Amino acid sequence: MSAPIFALVTIAAGVPERTSLETLTVARRLAAETGGPLEAVLVAAAADARSTAAALAGWGVATAIVIEHDTLTLDHPDGWAAAVAQVIAARGPAAVVGSGTERGNDLLARVAARLSLPMAANVVSVAAGDRYRLVRQRWAGSLLEECWLDAPVRLLTVAPNAVVVGEPDGTAAPAQERLAVTLGPADLAVHVTSREAPERGRISLAEAKVVIGGGRGVGSTEGFGDLEELAGLVGGAVGGSRVVTSAGWRPHADQIGQTGLRIAPDLYIACGISGAIQHIVGCKAAKLILAINTDDEAPIMSVADYAVIGDLHAIVPAISAEIRRRSAGG
Amino acid sequence: MNILVCVKRVPATGGRIVLTADGSAIDVRFLGFTVSPHEECAVEEAVRIVEARGGSSTVLTLGPAVAEEQLRDAMAIGIERAILLETDGRDWDPVATASAIVAAVRAQEAVAAPFDLILFGNESADSGGFQVGIRVAAALGRPIVTGVKALQLGEGRIVARREGAGGGWESFEIPLPAVVSVKEGINLPRYPSIPGRLRAKKKEIERSTPAWQPGGLEKIVLRLPKEEVTAAEVIGRGPDAAAAVVDLLDRIGVLDR
Amino acid sequence: MSSVPAQARVVIIGAGIVGSSMAWHLARLGWRDIVLLEKGMLPNPGGSTGHASNFIFLVDHSKEMAAFTMESARQYRELGVYDETGGIEVARTPERMAELTRRMASSTAWGVEGSRLLTPAEVKAMVPFIEHSVILGGFYTPGVGIVDSLQAGTLMRQKAQDLGALTVAASVEVTGIDVEAGRVRRVHTDGGTIEVEIVVVACGVWSPRIARMAGASIPLTPAVHQMMDIGPVPMFEHTTKEVGYPIVRDMDTNMYERQHGTGFEIGSYAHRAILMDADDIPSIAASALSPTMLPFTKEDFDPQLEDSLELFPEIVGDESVGVKLAINGLLSLTPDGNPIIGETPEVKGLWSVAAVWIKEAPGIAKTVAEWMTNGEPEIDPHGSDIARFYDHHRTDQHIAARSTEGYNKTYGIVHPLEQWASNRPIRISPAYDRHVALRAEFFEAAGWERPFWYGANESLLAEYGDRVMPRTAEWESRWWSPIINAEHLAMRDRAGLVDLSAFAIFDITGPGALAALERLSVNKVDVAVGRTVYTPLLNAAGGILADLTIMRLGDERFRVVTGGGMGMRDRKIFADALPADGTAQLHDVTNAFTTFGLWGPRARDILGAASGGGADISHKGFPFLSSKTVDIDGVRTLASRISYVGELGWEIYVPMEQGLRVWDALWRAGTPHGMAAVGIGTYAVTARLEKGYRAHGAELELDFDLVEAGMARPTLKDADFVGRAAYERRRAADPAAILCTLTVDDPTSSTGVKRYMLGREPILTLDGQRIVDAKGRGSYVTSAGSGPSVGKHLLMTYLPPEYANEGAKLLVEYFGESYPVTVAVAGSSPLFDPENLRIRA
Repeated sequence: MSAPIFALVTIAAGVPERTSLETLTVARRLAAETGGPLEAVLVAAAADARSTAAALAGWGVATAIVIEHDTLTLDHPDGWAAAVAQVIAARGPAAVVGSGTERGNDLLARVAARLSLPMAANVVSVAAGDRYRLVRQRWAGSLLEECWLDAPVRLLTVAPNAVVVGEPDGTAAPAQERLAVTLGPADLAVHVTSREAPERGRISLAEAKVVIGGGRGVGSTEGFGDLEELAGLVGGAVGGSRVVTSAGWRPHADQIGQTGLRIAPDLYIACGISGAIQHIVGCKAAKLILAINTDDEAPIMSVADYAVIGDLHAIVPAISAEIRRRSAGG
Repeated sequence: MNILVCVKRVPATGGRIVLTADGSAIDVRFLGFTVSPHEECAVEEAVRIVEARGGSSTVLTLGPAVAEEQLRDAMAIGIERAILLETDGRDWDPVATASAIVAAVRAQEAVAAPFDLILFGNESADSGGFQVGIRVAAALGRPIVTGVKALQLGEGRIVARREGAGGGWESFEIPLPAVVSVKEGINLPRYPSIPGRLRAKKKEIERSTPAWQPGGLEKIVLRLPKEEVTAAEVIGRGPDAAAAVVDLLDRIGVLDR
Repeated sequence: MSSVPAQARVVIIGAGIVGSSMAWHLARLGWRDIVLLEKGMLPNPGGSTGHASNFIFLVDHSKEMAAFTMESARQYRELGVYDETGGIEVARTPERMAELTRRMASSTAWGVEGSRLLTPAEVKAMVPFIEHSVILGGFYTPGVGIVDSLQAGTLMRQKAQDLGALTVAASVEVTGIDVEAGRVRRVHTDGGTIEVEIVVVACGVWSPRIARMAGASIPLTPAVHQMMDIGPVPMFEHTTKEVGYPIVRDMDTNMYERQHGTGFEIGSYAHRAILMDADDIPSIAASALSPTMLPFTKEDFDPQLEDSLELFPEIVGDESVGVKLAINGLLSLTPDGNPIIGETPEVKGLWSVAAVWIKEAPGIAKTVAEWMTNGEPEIDPHGSDIARFYDHHRTDQHIAARSTEGYNKTYGIVHPLEQWASNRPIRISPAYDRHVALRAEFFEAAGWERPFWYGANESLLAEYGDRVMPRTAEWESRWWSPIINAEHLAMRDRAGLVDLSAFAIFDITGPGALAALERLSVNKVDVAVGRTVYTPLLNAAGGILADLTIMRLGDERFRVVTGGGMGMRDRKIFADALPADGTAQLHDVTNAFTTFGLWGPRARDILGAASGGGADISHKGFPFLSSKTVDIDGVRTLASRISYVGELGWEIYVPMEQGLRVWDALWRAGTPHGMAAVGIGTYAVTARLEKGYRAHGAELELDFDLVEAGMARPTLKDADFVGRAAYERRRAADPAAILCTLTVDDPTSSTGVKRYMLGREPILTLDGQRIVDAKGRGSYVTSAGSGPSVGKHLLMTYLPPEYANEGAKLLVEYFGESYPVTVAVAGSSPLFDPENLRIRA
């Protein structure tokens, strides 16, 4: 029997993260190609992992591996790396597929460093073989690289929002296998020492279903008032282009783009954003993009689904007013 | 504090990347070169720490001889020393890059004070491997925190703060010496002054030529992703378009609250 | 991309400042169905208009460029996009300080108001952040300013649209231009095809690429100009103005510096010329900033930083002031530094408005629009006419060599006679080796190497002593030798042999030839076979377009001879005038014939000896203004009895490959008569000025008429000709100015050095006032040079009638001093040999 394919699956609130489903999709395809079983390594506190393995029914996972350790939590990046390294040593997978999120890349890179293995980040497709032939993202997805990954265990992460995840099928829930790991103090030395909760009531940019982005056209810090108002009405979050965060009109945490956040909301409303590629890589995963811009030839128009032409400071308040009018009427 | 910052020379790409005819590289004929915004911030952070706490700062790059430009850029805003690990222009994969940096760090530390802090950008702008800093830290046996957007210095320790996976912030307190990879937003890098540039121009650069080594990743070819050019449907002009926009919001169900 | 109309009268390609200005001026002059295509987006299309440092210094030594610039500033002011900040050119060296006095003179000559010289302290008072110990003084022009060129373009397009004349299509790329039967027919774009009558190429650095689509050439090269923006500057922190201080040009370091909001902009022309190929300019999508804003190359700018630091230590040396933006911006350079405008000689209906900088764009657009409308531009554009180029000018090698050489002269102290050093020699006469042996000093004209004087004639200096009017001032001694005047005297005493290979020569033949020539020429061309006609050509407004000679060689065969400098432009004038029915043809025989001039009291003896007495060359047998075949040493030549030097003699046309044989034969025949080889310094300057002969580009330009130039003849021919109606009107009225010859009474300066004007200096009243005629034209020296036979330094100038009185006393301003001059001749009678006895000997 061929060696297994590992998928690192992060569980949050009892279900696999969206990006972990992308990971599973790629790993499952790879397992089918190599003939090895698909094994999910659950990246979650053991208690959570044990109770959620069933949630993996429908994704073709043969075995769900629950890592057992008394003190290991998601706050221990090196601890998790040591644990995954031990699981790899124990089960000899042909490949380990993680997700290309900030945390996913961090984890697999730490694993790679420990095992002295190469690692490919942000892969969009894989062909197995003696050497794996990969397509991976460079320049935050503005460029693709075809490359060879040549290693006894192939470590790779899947670029977020680049793989189409199907619906779960009828495959059974995986068998659960618990694997105790041994961690030394050094493995647990780097850990979260304090945590601040997100601002209450504020919807995070990463999770908002509607994101309203502002660019140079917004003009000033005060100019974002119109966008905040609309965001409040639709339960959305406000972000900005690099121009906006560099100018200090918004905090850096609100930057959407190559060096900021990559978002994938249901709707992205780009206000006064011309659409430099560095911004577009951050928002192109949105299901729908509505551009509000004075320039109907701006590059953003080539990625937007809908457009309203005109001054955002006239249009955005008008939209807010229209929502209020309808909710008052209804 | 003795700080090392590692940067990578990358083309300053424009609206659209253009490849050479054989797809082996980006066509850089009309492009300038820079380092990633994360690395600009790492350089700025090193300068600020030394300005606040004293010590010395060094910038290091692995790259072709012309990468001297990026080292001088860093020195122009206040980095004191520069080390160029000169390559013949071939691609170095992350494993090879990290091992060359580790060797250089060891060589430096063998003859001078160890680096209390080694700063990296979170990922390089071009190849985006997300791993060189982590590999260097692991090889040197030093703790690393990635994605850091704030650094607080204590005695023999630092607190590194980064955004939490689900929002909010998380902090790591780690002992020095340590490695940190930073993200844009940790600071607002300054522009170089002209006196700074003129000083940087005259500075010496330490050079060595590490031997190229194969890693496990080997580039075959580059290609551009298929562009999904849509023609945006103009649903209105000016404030009169509000109704059409709200219809759209309604249709995709964001007004359900 | 936008879609485009299927038809248009005019398609303008490029919506930068040039194209937008063209659209407005055409619309203003009544053109409709104008389509303006732009491959970028508006209002900033992505070319040089969007990033060029958009200030306007008004003073230029060139009359044409100063006129374009002043007219542009006027239009920008009218549009409300001109911020008049004033500008100061500062000097770090005594040579530059002297140059600033020369700029002062040009300012007066062209009527730029309010200019004055400043002391370092006065500069400091205007620009408090300058280190004034570094400079010796400044030249201040209050009308210098900054223009919002993008806004100017937007307003011009808007005005044209308001007239219903213009359709603008942005994001449309031109993919091809169809030419049929030598005319533009249609423009293909990625948004559709346009049937069109006229296409205007206003594509800046891309112009060569677009012109090539139609098979035409626009010989410019994109080149880099470096700019840096630093800031924020603490002292500008609370500024509300974009620019609150005069712009400073640090001439000696080839740099300029100016406030830019809270920042400070530093530009340089000091670095090596960095040329590009138009085909290599990146696309809009592939550019980091814009296609014409290329990555900054630090190593080229570093030396300039030190210079800038020295002049502005308070700003540039401030550690808190950072380099915010630094680019290698693209601009257009041309082989001779002038713009490239007008209809291309290759393709009818294809017009170039290229190599035009922001400072001159609206003025040039107005000029070209007038030219397109009725051939009557108010400003004479001959120096910028695209038709001026010869084929060798259009080669990549020549463009690169001259553009490179010219680039660093942008702020240079350029002598009016300064010669190019690169890419020479290009065209050489068959007698070139003889000239070299005689140690000729070569000046270039139309690519030809022309002896300006011969070192071997040094021996004549002893013969003539002080009659050669020796010069001691370095400036006037540059590109000059007293040998010129010695050659002049030797020719007047005995004879001179002049190589005139640079003439442009075309034969016009066929049954329609006479009518076509008669239609162009002021003077009657329908003369007996063997006669030669000297004639001006006019434009419809009666301005002087050209002057040249036409030899009638047969009933249907004419030979046009004109100066090489404007030879190709003149060829286009004749080619355009040929009948559409094909009954006349133009044959360019410039390269088939060389020309030698033989003049002086002994000329007849020498030609007689050289031709072995085979031809009747007596005054009666070979009268003035006639031509005939003369065999010289077995070579059949065409001799034409004519003179530009005021002596008996001939121009001798010789098949090029036999030229050396004829030169040698004339040389052998001349030696016993004491004949000297005589350079162009005599032919074009000293002998001409003594005879009061007018020259195109100096006295003869579109803004003057034949009456003013003293060239109106008592009678008019019967046939109609271009400009006749205007000419008749002007003959009936009193002229606003009269061309005069002035003598310099005393050339001694305040320091006791004799100074000799070189041309383009302002003529002033005795109380130092600028002289302006009723048409608003200032009086300036059109030509200047020694008059060795009259013993005076001579100046030609147009003067209003009240000053144009022989014996009247006036002043000429030269390097900051005034020199007394006297009106020696008002009108055209020669100062030397007024009865023309010598010519008719």
